[in-house]
Amino acid sequence: MSTHALHYAAPATATQINWSPYLAGAGIGILSWIVFVVVNNPIGVTTALSQISGGVASIVVGPDEVAANKYWAKNAFKLDYGTLFLAGTLLGGLGSALAAGTWQIEKVPEVWAERFGPSPARRYVAAFIGGIIAMYGARLANGCTSGNGISGGLQLALSGWVFLAVMFITGTITAFILFRPKTN
Amino acid sequence: MFPITGTPALLLAVVFGFAFGWLLHRGHVADYNTIVRQFLFKDFTVIKVMLTAIIVGGIGIFVLVHAGYAKFHVKPADLLAITLGAGLFGIGMVLYGYCPGTALAAIGAGSVHAFVGAFGMIAGGILYALTFDWVSQTILPVWAMGKVQLPQLLGVGAPLIFGALGLLVVAFFVMLERRSSDSGAP
Repeated sequence: MSTHALHYAAPATATQINWSPYLAGAGIGILSWIVFVVVNNPIGVTTALSQISGGVASIVVGPDEVAANKYWAKNAFKLDYGTLFLAGTLLGGLGSALAAGTWQIEKVPEVWAERFGPSPARRYVAAFIGGIIAMYGARLANGCTSGNGISGGLQLALSGWVFLAVMFITGTITAFILFRPKTN
Repeated sequence: MFPITGTPALLLAVVFGFAFGWLLHRGHVADYNTIVRQFLFKDFTVIKVMLTAIIVGGIGIFVLVHAGYAKFHVKPADLLAITLGAGLFGIGMVLYGYCPGTALAAIGAGSVHAFVGAFGMIAGGILYALTFDWVSQTILPVWAMGKVQLPQLLGVGAPLIFGALGLLVVAFFVMLERRSSDSGAP
């Protein structure tokens, strides 16, 4: 198969991994019980991701600049619980996809291709810019969908519920503008 | 016995992360199409997963904390920062098609554009650190309400909140399932 071919998500195989969303959600809830008790740590992703950005930045701007930065001083890069949890999450996606037999290179997803065409470059640019905005927002809010939304939401934290409400509003507005029907 | 720290905790980090990535992938939320369709109100998988996790997880955590087996880890409600940050996050999440956790699981499952976007996330993290001095002086102190939880804020017990929330969420799920079985759509 050509490596340049597009691979859309195949509905036929996707059904194999289609657990009930309630089962997956309950699983994440129960995983939260376990991590709170066993490692005294809520599920979260972006704090460790900012440690990795500090690791990358020390290559780009130099280790002195990173060491002098107050934010990275608090979140220095190391192989600790948070960064290893991220590695585990990536491996979990890999393991699940391999076990289900659905592992597949995806360059341009179906919904994007329907609106913006099959160009991988265009999708990559959008993903890169989206990644910048999402991460900056997640750090400003002190957590993402996992740390603020789920872990904050389940502790009935005000921070978590405000985060959930606002992200769903701006996400919906963005989606309706971005994926409005073509007018031609 | 608990909490476990040191090297065993590092091993557990990989195990728990693996379980999280597995659940995200099996729940079909490590998929760009599922996430974007949620924000277009064409697919409600994301909200079903999240609300179920919050209700199931929350009831358990409150019981465990009450029984002395767990501690809360509540983030401070710096409301201006959270509002602006969540606002940006919603925009970025739709453009990227993933949130940071689902992106990692998607990279594992073969998504090249999730991988490219991860470099954007690293760039965003660098940008935040470089602007942190300004943010911490100008934005974080505004409407900073501390590590507040809804029971304190509303003056009602957590069981009542979970009871009301649970009823609303179940009613919402029943409505969603009825609607999808009426229309024959997935």
